[in-house]
Amino acid sequence: MSTPALKEWPLWEVFVRSKQGLEHKHCGSLHASDAQHALQMARDVYTRRQEGVSIWVVPSATISASEPNDKSEFFEPASDKVYRHPTFYEIPEEVGHM
Amino acid sequence: MYTQSFSVPDSSDDAKSANLKAVPKQASAEEQALQAQFDARIDADGRIEPREWMPEAYRKTLVRQISQHAHSEIVGMLPEGNWISRAPSLKRKAILIAKVQDEGGHGLYLYSAAETLGTSRDQMLDALHTGKAKYSSIFNYPTLNWADVGVIGWLVDGAAIMNQIPLCRCSYGPYARAMVRVCKEESFHQRQGYEALLVMMQGTAEQKAMVQDAVNRWWWKCLAMFGPPDADSPNSAQGMRWGIKRISNDDLRQKFVDATVPQAKVLGVSLPDPDLQWNEVRQAHDYGQIDWDEFWSTVNGNGPCNKERLGARVKAWNDGAWVREAALAHSRKQQQRHMKEAA
Repeated sequence: MSTPALKEWPLWEVFVRSKQGLEHKHCGSLHASDAQHALQMARDVYTRRQEGVSIWVVPSATISASEPNDKSEFFEPASDKVYRHPTFYEIPEEVGHM
Repeated sequence: MYTQSFSVPDSSDDAKSANLKAVPKQASAEEQALQAQFDARIDADGRIEPREWMPEAYRKTLVRQISQHAHSEIVGMLPEGNWISRAPSLKRKAILIAKVQDEGGHGLYLYSAAETLGTSRDQMLDALHTGKAKYSSIFNYPTLNWADVGVIGWLVDGAAIMNQIPLCRCSYGPYARAMVRVCKEESFHQRQGYEALLVMMQGTAEQKAMVQDAVNRWWWKCLAMFGPPDADSPNSAQGMRWGIKRISNDDLRQKFVDATVPQAKVLGVSLPDPDLQWNEVRQAHDYGQIDWDEFWSTVNGNGPCNKERLGARVKAWNDGAWVREAALAHSRKQQQRHMKEAA
C-alpha cells in the first residue's frame, strides 16, 4: 500500500450498530488520520447520546459502488419477475394462512 | 444549530454567475434528457443522491448553502464557548460544554454532506478562513453576559429549529439526513436555554433585568435570521422549485413569532416591538419593521464581531496545524512499520 503525502486526513465511512441484535447502519462520514483515530472520532461525532454499541469505520476510497446513472439496466432484470413474490400465487381461501 | 434560511452569495460568486449568464451554453440532447429525468424526480418529491446527475446550478447552490450552514455551526461555537469558563454552576457548565460540542458535531455532519457534492473539506475551510464564504450573521453579535447564553438557546436555536425542520425534507439526500440528525439534537439546545432563563427570572430584580435586556438585544436579530422578505429573495423561488427550500422566509418568520409570543409570556418578559399584536383576521401576530440595512451591513462584514469571530477561528485552525500534521505523520509511520514487518 502506498503512503501518499496527504494534506487532508483521509475520509472514512461510519457504520453504527444501535443495539445488540440490529445490523450496523451507515450514518455518515468523517476525516481521521487512521482507523483507530477514525473510531474515536466516530464515537464523539455519532454516538454522543448512546446511539451505538458498536462502530465500523471503512476508508471511503475502498468502497465500490454501483453506477447511479446505470440504475435502470442494473436493476431492471428483477422488475418483471413478479412470480418471485408470494402474492403472485392464488391459494384457495380454505387453506388459510400460508 | 443555526442556519439562516437564505443562502447569500459568497464574495466571489457574483462575478462568476455574471459570467455564466453572459455565455449561455447550448445543452446537448443527452443533457436535456438527464434534466427531464431530474425534473421528474423533483416533481414526484423524490430524492437526489450523490454521484447522480444533477444540474450544475443545483450542485452549486447546495454546496454554497450546506457549507454556509456548516460554517455557521462552527463559528456558532465561539460566542457560547466564551461562557464555558464563566458558567454560574458546574451543572450549567456541563450543559454548555455538551451544547457547544453538539454544534461542532453539526458542523461535521454538514461538511460531510457538502463533500458528497465534490467539494473538499480544505476548500470549504479555506473559503471560510479567507473570508470568502459567509456564515450566519447572528454570530457577529457579542454575548455580553450569562443571560445572552440563555437567550441564544431559546431564541437563536428556536429560530434555527424553525428553519431546519423543513430542511429534513430537502431533495438532496445527504443534506436531509444530516438535518434529521441535527434536529434530533437541537431541541435540547432550545430547552436548556429557556430553562436557564426561567431560573434567572426567579432571581433578583437585577437578574430579571439582565434577561429582559438580553431579549431586547437579540429579538430583532433573530427575526432577521430568516432572511430577507420573500419579495426581496430572488433565489427563493428556484430553491423551492428544487425542493431545497420548502417554506418561505416570511412564513417561517411568522411561525417563529407566533410560537415565541406565548413563551415570552410564560417567562415573564416583553418582546421589544410596539407593533407586535395579535391579528384576529389573519389568526397570526403582526410585527414591526426589521432593520435590513443593519442586517446587510453585518452580512457584509461590518457587524460588531465579524473580525473577532473570524480571527478566533483562523487562530484555532493555525494553532492546531501541528496536531493535524503529527497525526498524519504517526499514521504514515505505523503503515511503514506494518509494511516492513510484512516484508
